[in-house]
Amino acid sequence: MPDSAATAAAKPSENAGDSDSIATVCEMCFWKCGIKAQLRDGRVQALSGNPDHPLSRGRLCPRGVGGLGSLYDPDRLSQPMIRVGERGGQKWRPATWEEALDRTAEGLRGVAAHYGPEAIALFYHGAGGSFFKTLVKGLGSANIAAPSYAQCRGPRDVGFELTYGESVGSPEVVDMANARAMALIGTHLGENMHNTAVQDFTDGLRRGMRLIVADPRYSVAAGKADYWLPVRPGTDIALLLGWANVIIQNDWYDREYVASNSVGFDQFAAEVARYTPDAVYLETGIKPQVLVDTARELAQAAPHAVIHPGRKTTWYGDDAQRSRAVALVNALLGNWGQPGGFYLSSSAGLKGHPQQPPAPAHRAPADREAGQFPFAGSTLASGLREATLTGKPYPLKAWMVYSSNLPMVLPDPRRTRAAIQKLDFLVAIDILPAEITGWADVVLPECTYLERHDDLIAPWYREPYVALRQPVIEPLGESKPGWWMAKELARRLGLESHFPWEHPTDLHQARLLASGFSLEQYQSLKQRGVLRVDADPLYQPKDALYQFATPSGKIEFWSQQLADQGFDPVPVYRRPEQPGPGQFRLLTGRAPVHTFGRTTNNAMLLEQFPENEVWVNRRAAADLGLRSGDRVMLRNQDDVTTGPVKVKATERIRADCVYMVHGFGHQDRRLRRAYRNGGDDTAVTTRFKTDPLMGGTGMNLNFVSLEKQESGNEA
Amino acid sequence: MKRDGSVRYGMAVDTRSCVGCSACVLACKSENDVPDGHARRWVNQIVSGTFPELKMSIWSDSCQHCDDAPCVSNCPTGSSHVDSASGTVQVDRSRCTGCKACMVSCPYNARFVHPDGFVDKCTLCLHRLEQGRSTACAEVCPASAIVVGDLNDPASRVSRMLRLRKWRQQKTAAGTNPKFFLVD
Repeated sequence: MPDSAATAAAKPSENAGDSDSIATVCEMCFWKCGIKAQLRDGRVQALSGNPDHPLSRGRLCPRGVGGLGSLYDPDRLSQPMIRVGERGGQKWRPATWEEALDRTAEGLRGVAAHYGPEAIALFYHGAGGSFFKTLVKGLGSANIAAPSYAQCRGPRDVGFELTYGESVGSPEVVDMANARAMALIGTHLGENMHNTAVQDFTDGLRRGMRLIVADPRYSVAAGKADYWLPVRPGTDIALLLGWANVIIQNDWYDREYVASNSVGFDQFAAEVARYTPDAVYLETGIKPQVLVDTARELAQAAPHAVIHPGRKTTWYGDDAQRSRAVALVNALLGNWGQPGGFYLSSSAGLKGHPQQPPAPAHRAPADREAGQFPFAGSTLASGLREATLTGKPYPLKAWMVYSSNLPMVLPDPRRTRAAIQKLDFLVAIDILPAEITGWADVVLPECTYLERHDDLIAPWYREPYVALRQPVIEPLGESKPGWWMAKELARRLGLESHFPWEHPTDLHQARLLASGFSLEQYQSLKQRGVLRVDADPLYQPKDALYQFATPSGKIEFWSQQLADQGFDPVPVYRRPEQPGPGQFRLLTGRAPVHTFGRTTNNAMLLEQFPENEVWVNRRAAADLGLRSGDRVMLRNQDDVTTGPVKVKATERIRADCVYMVHGFGHQDRRLRRAYRNGGDDTAVTTRFKTDPLMGGTGMNLNFVSLEKQESGNEA
Repeated sequence: MKRDGSVRYGMAVDTRSCVGCSACVLACKSENDVPDGHARRWVNQIVSGTFPELKMSIWSDSCQHCDDAPCVSNCPTGSSHVDSASGTVQVDRSRCTGCKACMVSCPYNARFVHPDGFVDKCTLCLHRLEQGRSTACAEVCPASAIVVGDLNDPASRVSRMLRLRKWRQQKTAAGTNPKFFLVD
């Protein structure tokens, strides 16, 4: 391999024009803030928040600023590679783009010819995935999944869909800036860093918002809370239904609102009557008086009060029901469409390319058996892996993996490795040599978000907009943008018609014109990075009747849909399995300077957060003879280990669990800074429970013991 | 920025808002070409108490731009000085010999030796203030926790904040009269 992508000569992109600043969109995480890139002598000098962009408002998070560390990472993949030797043997030879794309097309064509096009699966994460989705759909496969559903936000979305008929979206429609009281259930805002979410959260705090944080760990958010509830892990449903019961028993809810906007309230009230403060205390460890006081705080501030629905909600396998409990306490607060509750979002209404042909007919995805996971609203990445492994309901024989490091994303990586060995072909498209590229037959190096166009970005939000990702410099090394690869593959596979544009700029223009925007507006979008459009009203009058998209048209306290499928129509708390002696439940979370394993090789960000630590309650650590700075191996109940990881002995966590930031402990040597730095929580996440409603994978079911390492032993 | 000596810049950090994310540290490094392994700002996170009765304080910290700065009085070359136009403490790189007298005398441990041989620290982004812009750290902060302005101007945001809210200074026993305030 040549030295590195970063040493290659860089030319400024044509977008630079006469100005030394280009507006584009960040992809250091998936919030997609508008940024401005400053150029000097063909190098990107600095990144800052775009003041015109509603998600940045001129501000930026540490990862956004540190994007240069990813752009100029010397470990970047810099040329296409083709595997030599056995799969996973980590031996490749460099290839030309022509050869690598030919080989990829041949691999996909072979599988499609032999097993049908539905045997091809795409895993993706991020904006660039859209072009590969078009490709795989065009081939005739619906086996397309982002792990951000079944491994992250899916249960939350389903809980809200079952209750309100719609999900809270991303960015979440939580009106934090105007909330007078808010409760967080494990949501660690501030450590889980999304620029606008933190802006709104701190706006709310400055305006005097009362804050209740339920978390087994004293998070940064807990440090700002009026009430920290160090809840026993896995007992959140009891807590939530306890709040519901206290609010109902004390008549602290708006009877008229509930009567006119909901169905099934009486059945719900009868079901939750058993969650008395005393009963809830026995499960959660939260004192009865604290339960009552916090319920009162929320109810008194209603409807300007909200339980935040969170984001990563795949914890115990009953997560859609827990999210429904969150949705229902919110319903008692009457906060839908209210300031300080859930605002009503709108979008720019962007249409697709007018010449985009419909995708061919396809077989139902292989991620589940017929009738399984009836409320799944998206294809399950974990389900595609199971189909690959078991051949049921039908076999998957080729994986295309775009920017999703599956061995550190899907629970039980042993199953991921076994599934990969069943494949005829695996192509990985990535920026860094993440673990998944180590299993690939062909590796296609993509350039970063600062070197490429992606499709237009136009989410539902309080201030709707269209944003443009455009290159700031030309791709480094031989890396190429995803759109170019997808089009080249389409040409080889006879799918040109699915890409009815020469260049993404043509796609952007066609979509904007088809949506009623003008060419002048397109020019302005290129200059400013964003086009703002008028928003629909954020709130509705308190007594207005909102037409909810549920079967009843109302908020469903009692769900006929769930009853019909044999599930609990009202959420029920069931105690999860508890760790045994010497074991701790492994909980995971995020640090504000890292996005999973994607940034843990970024030198700028590592300087601020060099490695993950395992947080252990100080007294529990002392009992084990552990002190801060000691290194331990984590061994789970399946005898799988990870580490060594540094111990953080702290008062900031309960004694029955330990905590780690996700994304460290990479095992690919080519990531020179991230290789074996810290511990990989996914490695010891061999246990998981699949949510029967929607297929999400609850992953907080792994119990670890801590084994002290001799100092200096890194073997 | 007025240049008649009437301006006295200072910084306030709202500890209730700061989430300790380090965006300020990175933005500062990017703005000021601070070399790898060094920083002009840092984040403090102090937790006290025992489980579950805990208290946390988080803030972004830096040079305090003291009115009675020991780094200035102890500098043998006159490199460390108070910029009379802004009231900020600055280092004249051309006069700095890297002797570290300032580093030893700074109660806030705010200085480091730059690999090029001079002592470096926060300039309060004087180059930006002169253009009427805020500091890089204040501009980037997603929590809007950092406020910079003229302490002599009663209408400035920082002055208003210090009038309306409870504030404290760090290590006042050192008697340096810092122009850096923590607002709780």
